[in-house]
Amino acid sequence: MNDLEPKHPGKKKSAFSRRGFLQGVGAGTTAAGVLSVPAEAQAPKAIGPGAVPITLTINGKAMQATVEPRVTLLDCMRHYMDLTGAKRVCDRGTCGACTVIMGGKVIYACSVLAIDAQGKQIETIENLTASGKTHPLVPAFVKHDAQQCGYCTPGFVMAAKGLLDRTPSPSYDQVKDGLGGNLCRCGTYVGVRQAVLEAAKGGRNG
Amino acid sequence: MVDYSWPPMNKRRVIGQRLNRLDGPAKSSGKAKYPTDVQRPGLLHAVILSSPHAHARVRSIDISAAQAMPGVEDIRVMSPAGTEIQWAGAEVAAIAARTEEIARDAARAIKVDYEVLPHLVKEDDLARAGNRAKAAGEQVTGDPDTVFRESGVVVHEGSYSIPVITHCCLEPHGSTIEYKGEKVEMWPSTQNVSGIGGDLARSLNIPVTNVSVHMDYMGGGFGSKFPADRWGTEGANMSKKTGKAVKLYLDRRQELTIGGVRPSAFAKVKIAARRDGTIVAWQSESWATGGVGGGGMPPIPYVFTNIPNKRLNHSAVSLNAGGARAWRAPNHAQACALTATAMEDLAAKLNMDSLEFMLKNANLTLRPETYRAQLQKAAELIEWKKYAHQRGDKTAGHIKQGLGIGFSTWGGAGHASNCRANIHPDGSVEVELGSQDIGTATRTAIAMVAAETLGIPVEQVKVKIGENSYPASGASGGSTTIGGVSSSTRKAAMNALDKLMDVVAASLNVPKDNLEAVDQRIQVKGNPDKAMTFKAACQKLGVKSISEMGTNDPKNPGGLNSQGASGVQMAHVSVDIETGVVRMNKFVAVQDCGLVVNPKTAESQVYGACIMNICAGLMEERVMDQITGRVLNADMEFYKLAGIKDIGEIVVHMDITPEHDRKGIIGLGEPPAIAGPAAISNAVANAIGVRVPGLPMTPERVLKALYGERSLA
Ligand code: FES
Ligand code: FES
Repeated sequence: MNDLEPKHPGKKKSAFSRRGFLQGVGAGTTAAGVLSVPAEAQAPKAIGPGAVPITLTINGKAMQATVEPRVTLLDCMRHYMDLTGAKRVCDRGTCGACTVIMGGKVIYACSVLAIDAQGKQIETIENLTASGKTHPLVPAFVKHDAQQCGYCTPGFVMAAKGLLDRTPSPSYDQVKDGLGGNLCRCGTYVGVRQAVLEAAKGGRNG
Repeated sequence: MVDYSWPPMNKRRVIGQRLNRLDGPAKSSGKAKYPTDVQRPGLLHAVILSSPHAHARVRSIDISAAQAMPGVEDIRVMSPAGTEIQWAGAEVAAIAARTEEIARDAARAIKVDYEVLPHLVKEDDLARAGNRAKAAGEQVTGDPDTVFRESGVVVHEGSYSIPVITHCCLEPHGSTIEYKGEKVEMWPSTQNVSGIGGDLARSLNIPVTNVSVHMDYMGGGFGSKFPADRWGTEGANMSKKTGKAVKLYLDRRQELTIGGVRPSAFAKVKIAARRDGTIVAWQSESWATGGVGGGGMPPIPYVFTNIPNKRLNHSAVSLNAGGARAWRAPNHAQACALTATAMEDLAAKLNMDSLEFMLKNANLTLRPETYRAQLQKAAELIEWKKYAHQRGDKTAGHIKQGLGIGFSTWGGAGHASNCRANIHPDGSVEVELGSQDIGTATRTAIAMVAAETLGIPVEQVKVKIGENSYPASGASGGSTTIGGVSSSTRKAAMNALDKLMDVVAASLNVPKDNLEAVDQRIQVKGNPDKAMTFKAACQKLGVKSISEMGTNDPKNPGGLNSQGASGVQMAHVSVDIETGVVRMNKFVAVQDCGLVVNPKTAESQVYGACIMNICAGLMEERVMDQITGRVLNADMEFYKLAGIKDIGEIVVHMDITPEHDRKGIIGLGEPPAIAGPAAISNAVANAIGVRVPGLPMTPERVLKALYGERSLA
């Protein structure tokens, strides 16, 4: 099956159609996704188990792939879109290595299905240095040496970005709460706390 | 003869500076590509099918249904009929498919018929281990029996333990492998760039020169990532068969089950001192497991090795559980957890302040002056005088606070390492080593050493590591890397500089011995006016680059690196005696480490070790289920690691002194990852007045120690 291969926007014509997608969503996923479905499309129709074309809006760009409905947002980004900043560690919502911001909320990309992430604005670590602009969290993490192996680091940076988006001048306790959903095995928390406080102090340009 | 020795402390311009990690921007922006991030055209995703049984014989294995599934490209049986499985999680088959989802479906479709055999997966009760426990010979020093009976001697007896913990690397073990004709490209997550290719080649029976290893970054190893492993071999075999690259990494459950563990240690300890506090005798009956191979005796009594009278007995307990791999300071954290605890219990029995007790007995260590000074420094930083009290916090209320001590020793001499330094006519400089940066900031240290040596800025040095085509350098284990690579880099850069100075000497018409490289110039010593810029000197090379080697020979490090690091750590905790919850208030690490190349990243390494200590002291343990034979917490919800809110305040004091500096570089990976669990256990005992015998200090254990077994009923 050819449609297992990733399809990048602009390279190939996508088989995706909005209506086809919505028909699919009606059967398998949340009611929220179904609300806008026209009546004639609501007949129960199984989607999958085969791959379906989807479009995600990541860092302001429409990205397309053809994935099985059970594929997570994280695996879709990593395996099909070469967006590998978010990491897969626990794969079940415990460690935060896969953290991205979706619809303004900090989420674990391993715990959201790719098909459910359609239509939402998704921001990943790659956006923090996109288009020549660097978010102050990045140099702050470097300055305070808030990484060792660095595998957890993108997740921490994104959790911190989400925190600063909500709370531009967090207290020390708010920093700890905001990053309480991320785990680091090498033990970088001391640097992380300082980095986030400093980035907050320095203002944001993200 | 080139003099390779380090410039004196006050002459250094780069070494000793608090520089940012060079690859920090790549890591913090998500641009760093880890082995698990590698994409290849037509890449296949592979998974491992694990045994659900801890001990079983494979009667038959049927892969036909799995093989017939669309998208499945290859299946390798790793445990054919007749194989005796020795632990749950053991590899039974590997499956490569077009997508990971298909590979997982196929794994489920493989039918394995097992003859289930009896297993043992718990070692806490030695009596129940039966013939799975193998006693090592007894070791006796002096006359412990007589001394324990002497009048005027105070004897304490206690039981102590530290459980098996797992490495829980955030990037799982595995690699991406691509066979191209006879050649193999390998992107492993490894601590062993120069060695892993040979390991894979041996298992495939191909020449080592056919394997190219690439690894710019890796997501944590802690001692568990040296070999290519069986999954590497099968990934290669599947790539050969299919003609496509194969990506095979353990899943999280497998990572925590078969990716490596630190052995446990248990002991019944009897320890005696005179009334003045001088320790005179030690006796221990210890046991440990690291899987089927059992577990060796930790070096006890730890650090206070010169206790004059000793009797040591040890049994290795073989369990049907995933096997041990080196874990940051093999067997030292265990040794400390069995020794420092028994010592503080004896001090409490003597009604002595435990700090005073340690100071009093420092003569029993190999480096009394160092340990005394470190104990005092740590006590000052944790405000010992302010918080110390006799065992059991007598203040009112249900929150009790306490202080505890741990200590460490480690070797840490540099490994064998080769470096090539290239100086090009355009003034650019490269250093090449088949080394790896596992989070240590190895890249940064190498650049700093080269920059210091050549008198140029760090940014001007291009560090090339992570390829086995570069000159071979040792694996990163046992705190050997910074010493090894810094020494080889120093020598290679000095050798290259020597060649460059030949050119400059001729041009300036001065003897080469009179030249030095500073501030981007090659100049007559102390005379910037008689100089040539580094760049101009390089231009004089014409079309020919300089390329020189440098080698660190561990047998003859020439003063550039050495071994023997000491450390003291102290913990200050609060314990809620109603809930059993232990909170870290403050954790102090005083660490001696010889010459420090980059204090900033060195401190990070110590902070990290302190946090690992807090994890192991408060929450980390692998929980086995004797009924199913499986690991109950092979996930990150129940295999607990400390989060950012759990660590309290951490203070790191690097003992950087001219005296330590003269020793040269001493590795820093293991030394600070030893003393913490013992210090935390001691702090809890000091707070609540009773010893919680087993680590980690979970609420359950604390309540049991306080109120007995029935407290939890
Ligand atoms: S990988 Fe998503 S939370 Fe751990
Ligand atoms: S830096 Fe290695 S896991 Fe966080």
